[in-house]
Amino acid sequence: MKTARITGERIKQYLKEGKRFDGRKLDEFRNIEIEENVSKKAEGSSRVRIGKTEVIVGIKLDVMEPYPDSPDKGNLIVSAELLPLSSPRFEAGPPKFPAIELGRLVDRMIRESKFIEFEKLCIKKGEKVWAVFIDIYSINDDGNLIDAACLGSIIALKNAKMPKYDEKEERVIFGEFTNKKLPLKKEIPLTITAYKIGESLVIDPCLEEEDVSEARVSVGATLDGTIHSLQKSNEKEIKIEEFGKILDLTEKTRVKIFKQLEKYL
Amino acid sequence: METKKFKRVDGREPEEIREMRAEVGVVPNADGSALFAFGDTIAIAAVYGPRKMHPQHEKDPEEGTLRCNYNMISFSVAERVKPGVSRRSLEISKITEWALRPVLLIKKYPNMVIDVYINIIQANASTRCAGINAAALALAHAGIPMKGLVSSISIGKIDKQLVVDVIKEEEDWEEGEGATDIPITMTQDGEITHIQLDGKISKEDLKKALELARKATQKVYEVQKKALKESLRG
Repeated sequence: MKTARITGERIKQYLKEGKRFDGRKLDEFRNIEIEENVSKKAEGSSRVRIGKTEVIVGIKLDVMEPYPDSPDKGNLIVSAELLPLSSPRFEAGPPKFPAIELGRLVDRMIRESKFIEFEKLCIKKGEKVWAVFIDIYSINDDGNLIDAACLGSIIALKNAKMPKYDEKEERVIFGEFTNKKLPLKKEIPLTITAYKIGESLVIDPCLEEEDVSEARVSVGATLDGTIHSLQKSNEKEIKIEEFGKILDLTEKTRVKIFKQLEKYL
Repeated sequence: METKKFKRVDGREPEEIREMRAEVGVVPNADGSALFAFGDTIAIAAVYGPRKMHPQHEKDPEEGTLRCNYNMISFSVAERVKPGVSRRSLEISKITEWALRPVLLIKKYPNMVIDVYINIIQANASTRCAGINAAALALAHAGIPMKGLVSSISIGKIDKQLVVDVIKEEEDWEEGEGATDIPITMTQDGEITHIQLDGKISKEDLKKALELARKATQKVYEVQKKALKESLRG
């Protein structure tokens, strides 16, 4: 199922010469397509395609009790499902680690950047607050689900509208929306992941490239370069100089993506 | 780094690590075991294996598998932890595997698994770092072939100040720029096998944090090495 070793060797050989199978540069994203409001039932939603990789993200809102450590702030619940329909590698059943990691990476990017103004999502301190559910589904996995999911989550949040709330009954009127947007900060976080393949660093890998990558670093930051979330994953070590290069590479890429997707972000 | 009279909650200097404690052989039944503590944060780790991989389908016919399991015992923190796995503990287990894997030489154990069980006995932040330090020691104690140890430390940024070995009160800091928590694991050569970050930090400060981590992990390493040597002396 995984990429053949001989293909992996060839990918590394190519990268050494600064080339990729599909003709992209090492720091070049595939074509990104975005659709907003793909669901009429969700408060906010998006579809993101990066090359053949596709995810859909939906935002649902509900009213819940706040967490004890944040009685006057809204709740955030992120989950990701790697649907069996999106790859022969995914199976039905309880979420495995890659799905859990995906959800947590999105969660931390949003939570740590304070992108959602949770203090504005309190209805009654200690009793009732809005809970924001971000649900991510893979539709086709051709590599780099992480960046696709993070981007999709931001866009879905940006078009999310508050549902109607019956103050007397103290419950949400599902299916009816107000014109009020979800309260968000102006500074938008975006996660860009750098993949180490052999001695090369690559952005937006396709599935085969992702397979042969031995380490990756996901960096969630705002356009001004402030880093809010970061995680190195996978089994290979990274030198300090290399880590510096990763920070530069992801930053440069982030600036490019922000420019390219300006009308959505 | 600026050290202009920054007062840490517990009176430590910015680069001062809490008192470290390391001991091997704390679980006699295990093939290898160790305790590692940063002050009140205490982790114990036990290694079982290499042994046959179960379940069958997780066997790797090419090389041995490292499988880590991180768990906080229910009364390790003020508010009881619900026993069992959580998304957090699953993630830390995987992060721990990735932090340790680069130094293990387990090509010679196809179809076998090396199980590492890490339990946090008492927690005052930096638990994953203490767990990784204990696990590295336990693996060495079990005689698993290794290139070297790994050493882990948390670097924090409290408002604008970088500090080494974060405690709970610092982790929860809300004033100024708030708290940034950066657990980092390095080999003796200073290669990064693990890094995570939550908070708000510039690229420049992050690079400084790595330098601090490099220095601090060397201190952790000395403590680990001493514990291993002492165990050999019997």
